[in-house]
Amino acid sequence: MAQWIAACAADDIDPEDVIPFTRGGQDYAIYRSPDDLYYATDGHCTHEKTLLCDGLVMDGVIECPKHNGRFDYTSGKALGAPVLTDIGTYPVKVTDGTVYIDVEG
Amino acid sequence: MGRERLERYSLIGPENQAAVTAGLAGGDWFRSAVPRKRMKELMRRSDYPAIRDTAIWIGLILGFAGLGSALWLVWHSWWAVPFLLAYGILYGSTSDSRWHESGHGTAFKTRWIDESLYQLASFMIMRDPTTWRWSHTRHHTDTLVVGRDPEIAVMRPARLARLLANLIGLVDVPVAFGLMFRHAGGRLTAEEADYVPVSQRRKVYRTARVHLAVYTLTIAAAIGFRTWLPVVLIGGPRLYGACLFYVYGFTQHAGLGENVLDHRLNTRTVKMCFVNRFLYWNMNYHVEHHMFPMVPYYRLPELHEEIKHDCAPPYPSLWAAYAEIIPAIVRQLKDQEYYVRRELLPGAAPFNEPAPINDGRALPLATATAA
Repeated sequence: MAQWIAACAADDIDPEDVIPFTRGGQDYAIYRSPDDLYYATDGHCTHEKTLLCDGLVMDGVIECPKHNGRFDYTSGKALGAPVLTDIGTYPVKVTDGTVYIDVEG
Repeated sequence: MGRERLERYSLIGPENQAAVTAGLAGGDWFRSAVPRKRMKELMRRSDYPAIRDTAIWIGLILGFAGLGSALWLVWHSWWAVPFLLAYGILYGSTSDSRWHESGHGTAFKTRWIDESLYQLASFMIMRDPTTWRWSHTRHHTDTLVVGRDPEIAVMRPARLARLLANLIGLVDVPVAFGLMFRHAGGRLTAEEADYVPVSQRRKVYRTARVHLAVYTLTIAAAIGFRTWLPVVLIGGPRLYGACLFYVYGFTQHAGLGENVLDHRLNTRTVKMCFVNRFLYWNMNYHVEHHMFPMVPYYRLPELHEEIKHDCAPPYPSLWAAYAEIIPAIVRQLKDQEYYVRRELLPGAAPFNEPAPINDGRALPLATATAA
């Protein structure tokens, strides 16, 4: 059952960037692509639990700020060493300028 | 003393678990505050600077190799020596910085170019690209944490004979070949097994076989054509051209604090001239690199300007760095708690020393735990 949570305003995120969102002790990362599509993943890298919101967003990829581990933030797929485990992704919708994520997704 | 020292720094010795227990492994490191907008600018990738620099680098390597080989083979002239020496230094020393930057994946925007340079530079510097990628990942997680960091070049006390012999690769090259044979046989060392995931090991074995095949062909060519030239061009530079690799490399961390959680306590930034910065690909901005490894080498001077107010003053030259490093290493031969403690600029954020064990002296943790 979907559980949509208001995470931020759509304009809170610059195009091709990421911001953190925390709910119930769980960290998420919310992304805005250059063509204004929104995505959400777990907030921490699967390698050494570094927060991804300080990383680089480029060409559909989030790069971890600690060891440069790379994930496709649209699918959560890990793109090579040192990240070997995919990251969790969550459904996102934008309604009336607010970004919602389905934390049960 | 030798065995005791090696055990202390060993990743399979008691200090590893002691460092984990003490909270030193994967610790919370200090980072200067840089606005997100500015950091995004600094992290931004571009192919142009690294393609330009790599084209010049490969051009110089091929040029010196061609001239040196021609002078030797056609004119039998000793004038070949300076050209081959220049070739050897570019091959055996500056491949380290190319290995480093492409290993981080920050040099180029286009991944396959970055990965290609990484594979080439790994071969040149005689490092397995997979094990060393993981080794360097650990080095960034646990920089100079005793028992955790596999890349501590200068221990306390230093292994002086080894350091000096390595100026011409006399230790590292035999070790590299030993590892190649071990990997080609499908085995890792116990230390490598501590940081290389099982899923990555097959790549290690395959690469070692490829590298050994290249060296076998090189030696066969030298025997077949009755000339040393193939060995001088492939593999040999890791011996006769390695000195600059170590001269640059020791400036990074030698003599500084261990078991700290602040790169300003265990890492140096050294100002260098344009030529040295080209050869070293700006790795002299090493505090900046460790604090923000996402920033590509060609933006590190800007990052330096951004955070220099928060750091100790950079060393003005290689000479200045060595004027500190050599006496520190000598003093550490007798006093293993000694380290160089820098003075931060007024107004800088204080050193991040959450516990007494983070003060840089690196007192043996396992002994303390046992006691």
